[in-house]
Amino acid sequence: MSKVNIKIEGYPYEVEAGLTILEAAKLCGYEIPSLCTFNHGECNQGSCRVCLVEATGARGLVASCVYPVSEGMEITISSPKAAEARRTSVELLLSNHSLNCQQCPKNGKCELLHVAKITGARENKFLGAKTPTTVDELTPSIVRDTSKCILCGRCIERCKNAHGLGILGFENRGFSTIVSPAENRSFAKSPCILCGQCVSVCPTGALMEKSEIGKLDAAKKAGKYIVVQTAPAVRAALGEEFGMKIGTPVTGKMVAALKRLGFNKVYDTNFGADLTIMEEANELVDRVKNGGVLPMITSCSPGWVNYAEYNYGDLLDHLSSCKSPHEMFGAIVKSYFAEKNGLDPKDIFVVSIMPCTAKKFEKERSQLVTNGLPDVDCVLTTRELGDLIKRSGINFRALPDEEFDQDLLGDYTGAGVIFGVTGGVMEAALRTAYYVLTGHEHELIKFEAVRGLEGIKEAAIEIGDSTIYVAVAHGMKNAKVLMDEIRAGKSKYTFIEIMGCPGGCVAGGGQPYVKPCFLPNEAPDILDTYRAKRSAALYSEDERLAIRQSHNNPQIQQLYKDYLGAPNSHKAHELLHTSYAARERFD
Amino acid sequence: MAHLSESAVVKISEICQRYADENTPLMMILSDIQNEYGYIPLEVQELVSEKTGISVAEIYGVVTFYSFFSLKPKGKYVIGCCLGTACYVKGAGQVFDKFSEVLGIKGGETTEDGLFTLDALRCIGACGIAPAVSINGKVYPKVKVSDVPEIVASYRNA
Repeated sequence: MSKVNIKIEGYPYEVEAGLTILEAAKLCGYEIPSLCTFNHGECNQGSCRVCLVEATGARGLVASCVYPVSEGMEITISSPKAAEARRTSVELLLSNHSLNCQQCPKNGKCELLHVAKITGARENKFLGAKTPTTVDELTPSIVRDTSKCILCGRCIERCKNAHGLGILGFENRGFSTIVSPAENRSFAKSPCILCGQCVSVCPTGALMEKSEIGKLDAAKKAGKYIVVQTAPAVRAALGEEFGMKIGTPVTGKMVAALKRLGFNKVYDTNFGADLTIMEEANELVDRVKNGGVLPMITSCSPGWVNYAEYNYGDLLDHLSSCKSPHEMFGAIVKSYFAEKNGLDPKDIFVVSIMPCTAKKFEKERSQLVTNGLPDVDCVLTTRELGDLIKRSGINFRALPDEEFDQDLLGDYTGAGVIFGVTGGVMEAALRTAYYVLTGHEHELIKFEAVRGLEGIKEAAIEIGDSTIYVAVAHGMKNAKVLMDEIRAGKSKYTFIEIMGCPGGCVAGGGQPYVKPCFLPNEAPDILDTYRAKRSAALYSEDERLAIRQSHNNPQIQQLYKDYLGAPNSHKAHELLHTSYAARERFD
Repeated sequence: MAHLSESAVVKISEICQRYADENTPLMMILSDIQNEYGYIPLEVQELVSEKTGISVAEIYGVVTFYSFFSLKPKGKYVIGCCLGTACYVKGAGQVFDKFSEVLGIKGGETTEDGLFTLDALRCIGACGIAPAVSINGKVYPKVKVSDVPEIVASYRNA
């Protein structure tokens, strides 16, 4: 790579040619205030004009996020002219903003407020007309409030990059411009999969999850028996809400916090994951042995299920009929657990802590109801749990490590833990499917080929004297490749795992925000590494656990013995399996 | 896409095919559809999205950005009232209001009988004859408010 010589504030530096001024300055130790740009080029529209600097050879001030460095360039960030221009850019953004910061759920995590602070934009300088506002609260997952949108386009790019979907776009022109699904529709009336990736990159409160903390409070006031369960990915990220380094597993503290929040039982969705594996691995074996529809595809990720229903309505019989782990868990709590504890299922309120916004939608699916009651009553994201802990005056970092409740549904295995990362469900299923097919454990517990962040991974597994091919995809862009192969009759796979979000649940749309401007103690490349760091936290928990195959979970074995009979039994089907239906993209 | 006729699906697919080798075919496709049908509703955008791989939201964004494209059918006669600077200072605002009053519609709307659409245009490059009005390409120079009823009547009775 060729180098160029530049000066910043009069000091000489040698940097790679082709970098933008913003990137070059960062490497030289300068943090130019910026807003719309995201992760070196994932979104680079140069639209907000917050990163203006002076550069020799340029006409006027330049947006450093899009302007490349060149030989001999002298850059000035600190001059009053540049500083005032940056401040004015922020003031102009604020002039068309709702400015109700104390009402805004993004308060404390807002990048616009952050640049307002560092550029010195204090007064409301430009008063006048504002673009008419749309607030879309129709889905249970995501709220879109255009009065807070700064038109940076990050959400548009993320949806395209992760999924090839492009649900959101710029609409209209000039002062009327908004970011929205076509026709300014609700997400509910568009083929949005509700994964929340757009929420995770939005710099302001324009895109947020729909909070359900109020629902939980109402259940407590009503005297419900409240059972909480936590998804595997939550423990890999919750610490970040309290300033801990990305990738710090906080299982024990998370449990301790939940026990101080007044839940009657604190369980792990991993029990549900182990149960899912029992059902799913046996479903797979049944399909293989009896000529069922193959490849079979996992159905744990509600974002992926939404995508399949919108785009591959003709291939829905490839999806495993298994409910997702937290739904299975909810169904078991309101049946087996209720019976064993002499509780009326109507009095039980099941709360799921999830790294996901699509789970909020999933829990309201009409197919996920048992005996007239929803399997799960309330879904909180990892971020909402963080808010709940803070609201309750709990000093998270000072908490001791505590254990999940152990009775009935308390055991979990390493197989359940890795559900939170791309390839994890596949690996967990293989551990058990191999056992079901051969009667003995696979000599390797780790299936390295399905680990890692490659968009599509595949592996050949020897089972007895036959070889089966499996594939793993995450992000709908990658899922589409595998689905189009199936539609064309060219798929060689027996089993496919698909997760909605790139990286899997650890990088789900309900996880703590990864915004470098708020993470001064993380490495500058954190946006490239956080998925791997959170994944490593889960793999390390798998390694630590004594039991690492779902079929060896003693309480799962007990559940089948006492209640369900065998995997895929009539009773298991009634409680643990579901169905799907094709949906119109723009109804 | 339930509402599109079979012939429209064939025609629009053919238009998309015309530009299959272009790197950025969207503007050309939309122009041809606009010229062919006079408007580009969402169902058509969905079909174009399917054929080109460009998202519906992006297509919708382009359609709503350029005033040449229309989401709704336009009337038989499209009255374009120039509201550019020169026309405006010569009283085009009142001329526009008079058209609006006579036709009973606002800018961008179409009369119920499908005869007239009223559009506000920015400068059409006819400042020397301001205020200018263009109806289906025919330009009326130095239009006065009192001329408006007669102009409308001439088309209504045509």
